[in-house]
Amino acid sequence: MVISVASGKGGTGKTTVVVSLALSIENSQLIDCDVEEPNVHLFLNPEIKQELKVFSVVPEVDKEKCNLCGYCSTVCAYNALSVIKLDSSGDVLLFPHLCHGCDGCILLCPEKAMKPAHRGIGMIKIGSFEGIEFIEGRLNISEVLAPKVIEEAKAYAKKDKITIIDAPPGTSCPAVTAVKGSDFCILVTEPTPFGLHDLELAYEVTKALNIKAGVIINKSGDDALIEDFCRKNKIPVLLKIPFHRKIAEAYSKGIPLIKAMPEYKEIFQRLYRDIREII
Amino acid sequence: MKEILIISGKGGTGKTFFTGCLATSLNNKILVDCDVDAANLHLLLHPEIKQTYDFIGGKIASIDETRCIQCGACKEVCKFNAINDRFQVEDFSCEGCTICSYVCPEKAIILKDRISGKYFLSETKYGILIHARLGIAQENSGKLVTKLREIAKETAQSEGADYIVIDGPPGVGCPVMASMTGVDLVVAVTEPTVSGMHDLSRVIELSKHFNIPVKVVINKYDLNTEMSSDIVKMVESSGIEVCGKIPFSEDILASVKAGKPFLEFTKNSLTIEIEELIDKIT
Repeated sequence: MVISVASGKGGTGKTTVVVSLALSIENSQLIDCDVEEPNVHLFLNPEIKQELKVFSVVPEVDKEKCNLCGYCSTVCAYNALSVIKLDSSGDVLLFPHLCHGCDGCILLCPEKAMKPAHRGIGMIKIGSFEGIEFIEGRLNISEVLAPKVIEEAKAYAKKDKITIIDAPPGTSCPAVTAVKGSDFCILVTEPTPFGLHDLELAYEVTKALNIKAGVIINKSGDDALIEDFCRKNKIPVLLKIPFHRKIAEAYSKGIPLIKAMPEYKEIFQRLYRDIREII
Repeated sequence: MKEILIISGKGGTGKTFFTGCLATSLNNKILVDCDVDAANLHLLLHPEIKQTYDFIGGKIASIDETRCIQCGACKEVCKFNAINDRFQVEDFSCEGCTICSYVCPEKAIILKDRISGKYFLSETKYGILIHARLGIAQENSGKLVTKLREIAKETAQSEGADYIVIDGPPGVGCPVMASMTGVDLVVAVTEPTVSGMHDLSRVIELSKHFNIPVKVVINKYDLNTEMSSDIVKMVESSGIEVCGKIPFSEDILASVKAGKPFLEFTKNSLTIEIEELIDKIT
């Protein structure tokens, strides 16, 4: 089973939920798909056993074969290739950060002058903590192909585990790539107009992907705003976590919620049972 | 004219709250919400939309069933697994590389402009706001950010504005880079948590990569004063100034709930402190 945790907006408590849920149930596996800002490791301090590079395919030009016809730059939809032709010489310029690795230039070059080369864009770390399998995707600074790193991180998931995915904020490709294929999506929100607005967007994503969703209200207090939205859209409110200085302090120090307040273990176990029932 | 980008690395640290403060406090500026994935600034500034534009984020392929002979050539070349077994293009997966259209022997691939979202030029009582709404699961957010900044620049020039204030997206990925290129100052808003510190260091790294000056504001600093001093040490060791600390405040939370910029919501010692902090930045 795959449960993803998303939020639309950052800072609502996704990581708190992900870590506490994984620590509360048996046979869990946690994938940090927030590859731009992976933060789960700060709470679990997992022992990393494997580090694997993530590569993207970029073209490499064979200057012997290339006749500078410029067709590669015509077919490149991302403007990643530019061909300069002078009287006696010229060059093919590649802007690797713009390349999406579609391989079109390699495939369509009339002279067969291009071959695939590999460029490191990120890293997958695999390890464990207290019996929890841990996988983290991390995008290198100044790289843009987050979905590629997310897909690769998800590919290392073991099928026989209960997989919990920490999704990145937002509703664009990285968030969609992370949530796609889940059996259930937990949407974490907070009871403010910002929280509601972003919850609406995140809920749209789960609808578009046809994934069942439920809401956790973090920093709960006056929740009418969120509860009204959930009632109207028939989304279950699975859990409320009150705003509590002790929770905020534990978070600030990198202590998982259920370690700081062990009474939450049972609450997260019940959350998991509720989700199983909904699925 | 000075372009200031507010950024955080991690979400929820108070970027939009702080941008709201700048909106109230600075004169003669253009405001831009570059968090196109989950724009929130409009919830504080209540814009009146004057112009709406479609954002074309590239191409999207579809297959003309009447021509398709299901030979599989398109499926074979698609690196994004966007073509399913029934020979339909899955919109979420298609990256618009258009390579399928080159290999289809029956010319059955139709390429259309992909409308990936909308962007707006609006008026608020604090000045002109440029903002956008990226469609669900659409990419090219970096390109949309670049578009918003182009319009902001043109507008700022024609209006003779002194500042462009940009509310940035979270993270360090493509929209953040598009927000950052060519600005005069990055203000990184952080919080004293292990995640806040971790993400701040990634944002600082990115700013260095682009060679842009950074100033740091620690929000909710009193939630963990020890961590706050660690952040100060970390930041100062990379030669960057912590230009202000803002305490955790119920008033700030209340202003967000009320949908008002904090400096307009209330007047107290904290608002004076924040105004002084803004003087230091600008």
